[in-house]
Amino acid sequence: MKNVSRFIPLFVVIALVALFVSMMGGDRNPQEIKSVLVGKPVPSFSLPSLTAEGAALTEADLKTGEPMLVNFFASWCLPCRAEHENLVLLAQEVGLPIIGIAYKDDPKKSRRFLDELGDPFTKSASDFDGRVAIDWGVTGVPESFLINGDGVVVYRHWGPIVGDGLARRLLPKLREIS
Amino acid sequence: MAGELGHFSLILALMLAVTAAVVPHIGIRMGDRRLMALADHLVYGQFLMTIAAFGALTYAYVTSDFSVVNVAANSHTAKPLLYKISGVWGNHEGSLLFWVLILTLFASAVALRGKELPLRFRARVLAVQSALIVGFLLFIIMVSNPFLRLDPAPLEGNGLNPLLQDPGLAFHPPLLYLGYVGLSIAFSFAVAALIDGEVTPLWARWVRPWTLTAWLFLTAGITLGSWWAYYELGWGGWWFWDPVENASFMPWLIAAALLHSSIVVEKRDALKSWTILLSIVAFSFSLLGTFIVRSGVINSVHAFASDPARGIFILAFLAVVIGGSLTLYAWRVPKLAPSGLFGLVSRESALVLNNVLLSTFAAVVLVGTLYPLAIEAMGGDQITVGPPFFEYATIVLMSPLVVALGFGPLLAWKRGRISRAMQILLPALIVALVVMLGVTWEYSSGYIMTAFGLALACWLMISVMLEIAERTQFFKNPSRAFARAKAVPRATWGMSLAHFGVGIILLGITVSEAWTAEKLVLMSPGEKVSVEGFEYEFMGVRPIAGPNYTAVRGHFRVAEDGKHLVDLEPEDRVYAQPPMNTTEAAIYPLFSGDLYAVIGEAAGGDKWSVRLYFKPLISGIWLGAFLMVLGGLVSLSDRRQRIGAPKGRKKVTAGVEA
Repeated sequence: MKNVSRFIPLFVVIALVALFVSMMGGDRNPQEIKSVLVGKPVPSFSLPSLTAEGAALTEADLKTGEPMLVNFFASWCLPCRAEHENLVLLAQEVGLPIIGIAYKDDPKKSRRFLDELGDPFTKSASDFDGRVAIDWGVTGVPESFLINGDGVVVYRHWGPIVGDGLARRLLPKLREIS
Repeated sequence: MAGELGHFSLILALMLAVTAAVVPHIGIRMGDRRLMALADHLVYGQFLMTIAAFGALTYAYVTSDFSVVNVAANSHTAKPLLYKISGVWGNHEGSLLFWVLILTLFASAVALRGKELPLRFRARVLAVQSALIVGFLLFIIMVSNPFLRLDPAPLEGNGLNPLLQDPGLAFHPPLLYLGYVGLSIAFSFAVAALIDGEVTPLWARWVRPWTLTAWLFLTAGITLGSWWAYYELGWGGWWFWDPVENASFMPWLIAAALLHSSIVVEKRDALKSWTILLSIVAFSFSLLGTFIVRSGVINSVHAFASDPARGIFILAFLAVVIGGSLTLYAWRVPKLAPSGLFGLVSRESALVLNNVLLSTFAAVVLVGTLYPLAIEAMGGDQITVGPPFFEYATIVLMSPLVVALGFGPLLAWKRGRISRAMQILLPALIVALVVMLGVTWEYSSGYIMTAFGLALACWLMISVMLEIAERTQFFKNPSRAFARAKAVPRATWGMSLAHFGVGIILLGITVSEAWTAEKLVLMSPGEKVSVEGFEYEFMGVRPIAGPNYTAVRGHFRVAEDGKHLVDLEPEDRVYAQPPMNTTEAAIYPLFSGDLYAVIGEAAGGDKWSVRLYFKPLISGIWLGAFLMVLGGLVSLSDRRQRIGAPKGRKKVTAGVEA
């Protein structure tokens, strides 16, 4: 008994170090709150379109048989500005359809934002009171959801798609489903 | 220039530390007393070099030398001098330098005050301590250099987080670091004893004052932190079970256990291997705390800006220090002579109970802190472990501890009789039961826990007083009680003070948790709101300009029974650099509890959102902690006399110990 028990503290420490090593590898961000929507179909919603007067965007628009990206943005959000060129790149180079949802933003200002930086969105809508964002579990803008052809959320990108986030996180996920 | 001198001093300190970590061992192996004695001088040298480096950084802060990255990132010319200085340790690099400063300070204290330690053993201890210093200096020089230059230098710095610009927080980190690092001495003593393969009662007597000092600083540091949270964060809470708070609480628990187990080693030559293990674990928890704060592996409000390279370095250091010392422990511990025996009912077994409960509690806190991380590592969901878990553990584990705390000091060494102890404490038990029944009667269901908590607090406080009465024979022979009281060793008075402090803390927590009154209202000037019989009249707000902030100051006139009692002036501050809001609660402590007022945002139409509290007996938490610190100091003053006595080698038979 004594012979084994004196090693117990050492074993505990080895286990803890292993735990820390495993959690420090990769690009895990401890502040990130994981989405519970991954693996589930998108919530149902209906929002007024940003660009087409009178039209509405609903969850049916997301179930087209091909993958697409739903991007929550706002004209008042600086990181959205930073990721915008990557969205344009995704739309033009990769050819991924992107749905833009303006979060708690005056539609006039959202349109001006898109006029200024270019419009990468195949469709866009305004979530002025932020109710739909709550259903999606959006923790802040920008946030993007990768959806497969059946309208199931495959991946949630937390924060702006900048730096190597596009090449290392989003594109591999896209390749998996297309 | 100062920056380069500081950097150079650090490199010199590193070379001295490397030498000091190696040479004494060679000296001991060769039996060369001069090589052994060299340890003292090398340690003084490290201390002086670290002071030079720390002075250089402080100079850069005081003169706002923004060509140093660290200063530019954390200071600002408009900051008051106190916060320019506290900014030195308010960031990752500076706080590490502060760590090393304290490591070398304690090492020098051992060298200076440790003349009664045999040269051989002192050299071992200082060599181990120097090895720790090497690790930290490498860390600073390689990945956390506080003297990095910035070219061109910016005209203005980034400023310090406004929440930290507070007198309480200026001194909270240094006290905590003194505590964390103080435990390194117990660690070095333990490792040196393991290398020598010998633990004697004398060893326990040497190590105890250092543990007590570290525990004192930890107690004071944690208390100051919780007090700061209470008045600065503006919602009246004082403990959040945040991972980093837990990281400071775990070494405190283990240090408390160590304090008690080393008494058993000293008095009875028992529990040796356990005490050695505690010494190692206590400092390991200190290191774990630094790791959690700096690696970014756990999300916490206290975390420094994290950097993966730093996290990896600390983890490697952690693995070497803790893994190495525990390997040494596993290898050497069979050499320690078997422990002395004692009966089931004895002072020793009461202290063992104390140790089991305190260490179990530390283990539970550790599990609660790391459980979310472990679950995530195994691919599970993200979860958080909240206060209910920790509160439940506190109640389950600390209640028996408090009960044992009541009668433990009355038991005799080796073999005590529980009946005799019970006789003395019967009044305490009766009062506790009466209070418990009284509150249960008054409030029935929801207040059972309050009743229980109050009963425990009464039990403990009355037991402590009865124990003092017993020792001074206050009831049997009152006329001689004072003379007897003077003969009671200071360490014993220290114990009673500290234990009484625990009782007061318990009282403060129980009462304030159960009967805090809170009002969240919108008030316009002239309106009155009554909280627990105190009438708050809102007189209005006015703007205030501070050195680096602007504020809205609310004005309340508080009256009790129609008589004016006090004016409360809470502030809502907006700092300029970095831009941030802070609340400054206005608190007026009364004997029965705290009046607590917070001014929030303007709600339009002359209305302000206001939070008013009455928190009964909450000062007990800080008063009790103060008593614990005071008790520790009293006990320490006794120790100093005894340790200083040159012929103190014979077993001292001074009655009871704290």
